[in-house]
Amino acid sequence: MHYILEILPSLLAGAGMTLKIFIWTLIGSLPLGLVVSLGLISNIKPLQWLLHFYVWLMRGTPLLLQLIFVFYGLPLIGIVFPRYYAALFAFILNYAAYFAEIFRGGLQSIDSGQYESARVLRLSYGQTIRKIVIPQVIKIVLPSVGNEVINLVKDSSLVYVIGLGDLLRAGNVATARDVTLIPLVLVGVIYLLLTAVTTFVLGRIEKHYSYWK
Amino acid sequence: MLELKNITKRFGDRTIIKDLNLTVRDGEILSIVGPSGAGKTTLLRCITGLERVDGGQFLVDGQNFEPYTNRANESVIGVVFQNFELFPNLTVLQNITLAPTLVLKQSAETAKQQALELLTRLDLADHANQYPFELSGGQQQRVAIARALAMKPNVLCYDEPTSALDPNLRQEVEKLIMGLKADGMTQIIVTHDLTFAENIADEMFRVEPNQD
Repeated sequence: MHYILEILPSLLAGAGMTLKIFIWTLIGSLPLGLVVSLGLISNIKPLQWLLHFYVWLMRGTPLLLQLIFVFYGLPLIGIVFPRYYAALFAFILNYAAYFAEIFRGGLQSIDSGQYESARVLRLSYGQTIRKIVIPQVIKIVLPSVGNEVINLVKDSSLVYVIGLGDLLRAGNVATARDVTLIPLVLVGVIYLLLTAVTTFVLGRIEKHYSYWK
Repeated sequence: MLELKNITKRFGDRTIIKDLNLTVRDGEILSIVGPSGAGKTTLLRCITGLERVDGGQFLVDGQNFEPYTNRANESVIGVVFQNFELFPNLTVLQNITLAPTLVLKQSAETAKQQALELLTRLDLADHANQYPFELSGGQQQRVAIARALAMKPNVLCYDEPTSALDPNLRQEVEKLIMGLKADGMTQIIVTHDLTFAENIADEMFRVEPNQD
């Protein structure tokens, strides 16, 4: 017990980094993913190709590679990010691609009749998207987005590779130093708590949207 | 008065409508009837601006009018879709007030007032704060009518207004349409139901499948 209290501060500091990456990645990648998905379903062919390429690139290569590429690779051509921003940059680009595909699915499941009825009421495209389409898409995509959000809690542990002190790294350091399993078990428990809270919040959001069908 | 002159519509190299002429007088009910595949719905989609015509012109009170690009401030055509296409994420009241506030720039208060009057007239006053999924088909249709009327159209169009409803609701729909006619509304009704069409229409327009 004494030992747990001793290492807890460093684990919690690591959990703080995990949370920071988690939250900023969501704040960055959800809106970006929405914009990309609108581009994916647009009629502008070159834009579509470009965005399909981007999605393919992001989903087709390991996130770990992307992190290494941004932090260790880009400086070779003169683009230098501090560690933390390199991590956010890679995570936001990666998750936005996944979210874009989820949103695209949601957008395409909206019946064309909805666009037509908005059109005969002479709503503009922007008004239709904002008032009619997006609220319906959010409801449809919530379960899939929830999956990705939970994944993100755990994926954030990949930042150890560029030397950021997140939760997993804190536990790993303690285990190596003190030769005991306890830190790793604690790390597992803290991840479970984080995902439990996330699951709970997601459930509440889904419930909030259940007032219509 | 709405006039269609030499309207032609093609999909690829298939001509669906060829040199069609049609006049709808103010306050009258025109039924467009014909076998399925004849182009009734396509014709309605051209009138309501959901399809661009390949030739011919539309006149409203003698003035040229292009439904496909119409973004002017007066509403000319209102539409009640076969499946109503209410917005499921909005309440009945919000469904009706959305376009008047966003497009006609009515104040929220005016739009609400007007929507409530329409709802009362269509016997839906108690349902203002419900969501579409909570309503029956007939009620949803009346909301769709109220939503179209709130934009103050010159002509109200219906695509198969009886097909998504219980057969015994047909009389209700007839009453509703005759009620709007009594208020002076010009209406165009696409239907494959001949009895229904004969009961309500001042004019019948038969669409036959184009032979070439």
